[in-house]
Amino acid sequence: MSDLKTQIIAQLNLQDVKPEDIGDDQPLFVEGLGLDSIDALELIVLLQQNYKIKLSNADEGPKVFYSVRTMAEYITAHQAQKV
Amino acid sequence: MQLKKLFIINFLKYNMYIRATGNISAQKTFGHPPFLTEPVAYPGNRLACIEPDYKEFIDVKQIRRMSRIIRMGVAAAMECLQEGGVKTPGAIVTGTAYGCLEDTGVFLTKMVEFNEELLTPTAFIQSTHNTIGAQIGLMLQCNNYNNAFVHRGFSFESALLDGMMLLKENEVSNVLVGAIDEITNTSHAILSRMGLYKQESSSSLDIFRSGTKGTVAGEGATFFLLANEPSATDYAKLDGLKTFYKPEGIKEIQGHILFFLDKHSLSLNDIDLVITGRNGNAGSDKIFNELEKNIFKDKKTVNYKNLSGEYPTATAFALWLAANIARSGKVPPVLEYAGQKETAVKKILIYNHYQHIHHSLLLVSAC
Amino acid sequence: MNQPVFVAGTGIISAIGKNVAECLDALENSRAGMAHMHWFDSIHRDRLPVAEVKIGNDELAALTGLPGTKSRTALLSMVAAKEALADAGIENLQSLRTGFISANSVGGMDKTERFFTEFFRDNTKGRLRDVVNHECGSVSELVADKLGIKDYITTISTACSSSANSIFFGARLIKNNILDVVVAGGTDSLTKFTLNGFNTLMILDEQSCQPFDENRRGLNLGEGAGYIVLVSEKVAASLKKKPTVTLSGYCNANDAYHQTASSPDGTGSFLAMSGALKKSGLEPGDIDYINLHGTGTQNNDIAEGTAIKRLFDPHYPKMSSTKTFTGHTLGASGGIEAVFSVLSLQHGIIYPNLRLKTPMKDLPFTVETEFKNNIEVKHVLSNSFGFGGNCSSLVFSKLMSG
Repeated sequence: MSDLKTQIIAQLNLQDVKPEDIGDDQPLFVEGLGLDSIDALELIVLLQQNYKIKLSNADEGPKVFYSVRTMAEYITAHQAQKV
Repeated sequence: MQLKKLFIINFLKYNMYIRATGNISAQKTFGHPPFLTEPVAYPGNRLACIEPDYKEFIDVKQIRRMSRIIRMGVAAAMECLQEGGVKTPGAIVTGTAYGCLEDTGVFLTKMVEFNEELLTPTAFIQSTHNTIGAQIGLMLQCNNYNNAFVHRGFSFESALLDGMMLLKENEVSNVLVGAIDEITNTSHAILSRMGLYKQESSSSLDIFRSGTKGTVAGEGATFFLLANEPSATDYAKLDGLKTFYKPEGIKEIQGHILFFLDKHSLSLNDIDLVITGRNGNAGSDKIFNELEKNIFKDKKTVNYKNLSGEYPTATAFALWLAANIARSGKVPPVLEYAGQKETAVKKILIYNHYQHIHHSLLLVSAC
Repeated sequence: MNQPVFVAGTGIISAIGKNVAECLDALENSRAGMAHMHWFDSIHRDRLPVAEVKIGNDELAALTGLPGTKSRTALLSMVAAKEALADAGIENLQSLRTGFISANSVGGMDKTERFFTEFFRDNTKGRLRDVVNHECGSVSELVADKLGIKDYITTISTACSSSANSIFFGARLIKNNILDVVVAGGTDSLTKFTLNGFNTLMILDEQSCQPFDENRRGLNLGEGAGYIVLVSEKVAASLKKKPTVTLSGYCNANDAYHQTASSPDGTGSFLAMSGALKKSGLEPGDIDYINLHGTGTQNNDIAEGTAIKRLFDPHYPKMSSTKTFTGHTLGASGGIEAVFSVLSLQHGIIYPNLRLKTPMKDLPFTVETEFKNNIEVKHVLSNSFGFGGNCSSLVFSKLMSG
């Protein structure tokens, strides 16, 4: 998950934020990191670029990107399916 | 060309006050330091803005999504509003010839490199030309009029005209008007290929003495708060603005200048200082040589593009210069003004042209 | 300052026709313009329908007298601006103070994209000719020069509200006695840049769009140009073909909510519409037809709809989104829809909102689904809401003949 945090920071250009600052279960949107709808779209690209996972329905976004843990779980689940 | 129509165009005469400014340029102009006491010279043909620490003006959370030009525009606008003591301007009008080049370049490059796959929205959103004005409006939570002009060497002048009309229409009591343009490695490479810039290495401050082809690239973010009522701390009055497009020759240019002054019940005798837009390119500076042999024969002229560099919205730097000169009554030494010992500078005429195509006249007077 | 500004001419080119007559015919017969990509090419060609102007650049060049190597954005602009000027029939144009106020979103980007395919690998490559007209303003000048207009030229770019803004900027230039005649509007051609940009925002519909439908999926990009010729009262009186429509109201307001999304309660839209009404001296009940911005995105339609509910409840005028015909033409949309608004007043017609299956359940009104003529249309409101929260509304009115 710490790799994922580093990637998120890079993709969203979160200056002054270190991976340690992001809690595993901390809400990413609205509160917590305060991300918004454009960040959600950026994270969709991150999934595709780094993990080859396509989230074709933007509505799934809020659930998948709720926290770093939910993202990690989604990635593990979908990568497993590919095998 | 019918004389009657030629001269009764683009004429807007109305008193308005330059209440505040904010300027990020290649000189030490941001943060209201002493007026051009420490000019900065650049080698080569590219000047770069001296930028502040943006974190003082913009929340870190928002900075992350702003490319350089947006930060420059927002910071200059914020400084201007702070100086003017205004939280919410009556309108926000911006002018930019090239728009947000860095973002445009990033999106384009990714698009061709990855053949339209795996693209991200941030660069696209930030590339739209009204992003700077929109970001300012968003940060201020300002629901008022917000417009963006993107017309080459007229971008700033159009924004200024829009702001002046809004004040004249009495819809608002102040407007924030600004010009922003940047150079990026990409745009510099392309414009260099088009032959715009000097090839020899020399100091930017000496470009007027070169006699060679080409100019030096500049960039800047310059904002003004204009008001229709005077205040105790105004820089100057902006008395008039006129633009003209592709004039047929020096006679027509002189005609426009004289008519502009005439409409303000002035003659050249009333003008204390003329600021001209020489850019060091021998070819395009010929016009100024001609004018100095004719109607500007007895006038003191000074130039600014060795300080700001050349870019389509550089007139904004000239206006900033004029506003500061009018307020202090003095011309800074770096401008090599020959008439320093004489009376205080009260009336200033600015004349600039961009690539012989876009010509503008501005009239500024001390309050 | 309060002198009225008249509409003396209209010109248009879009996915549904090369000129006013062709577009009117398509509107009357419900012939929409979105289809599979044909002239335009992109990796998304099998997935995304677009509303292309149905002719290639060579034919556009022949129509305009501009070289076919110029940006399609300029070619489209020339076709429509030329038609508008011809329609106005101003005989002594050379002796009048004339302006060209245009708008577009990405200038000559169709050419720049091509340049970049070579340039990005090696910056000594790529044909400079392809980027010479990259700037938004440069595209406008190609057209102004060809039309012979030089007294005042400028270009506005505020995303989807651009040409609505150029129209009322032009009107104000007349009201402030700076110009007598203004050709105002906008243009945009399809580019990979904008298509992919919108694709990253995931707001494009893979089918033909359904604005103001409960199950709408997004927008279809389109291309085209639309211009109107505005004249002062003095010029109007001198014309052989007397104008019957005025631009009676206008307003620009900022949503100040988010860079691309509209506020849920439609603040910017509400302020723009109510401001335009106030400027025109009209009440909501005076509006006979609203040409909606109606892009078909989840967000725009509910924000716009909510703003309309706030302003017009309980008396809703007829309304429709003509983007169901033309697609979303970005910088051209304000101009194209201004032309449709003027035609609505001149001909007494109301356009349908195509492909409506389920009205939006959160709104207490719905859109027109059939073309109507012989309607008394006295006042039309046209909405254009863009990125950056830039919201503009125009009100056009029929002159009450005495």
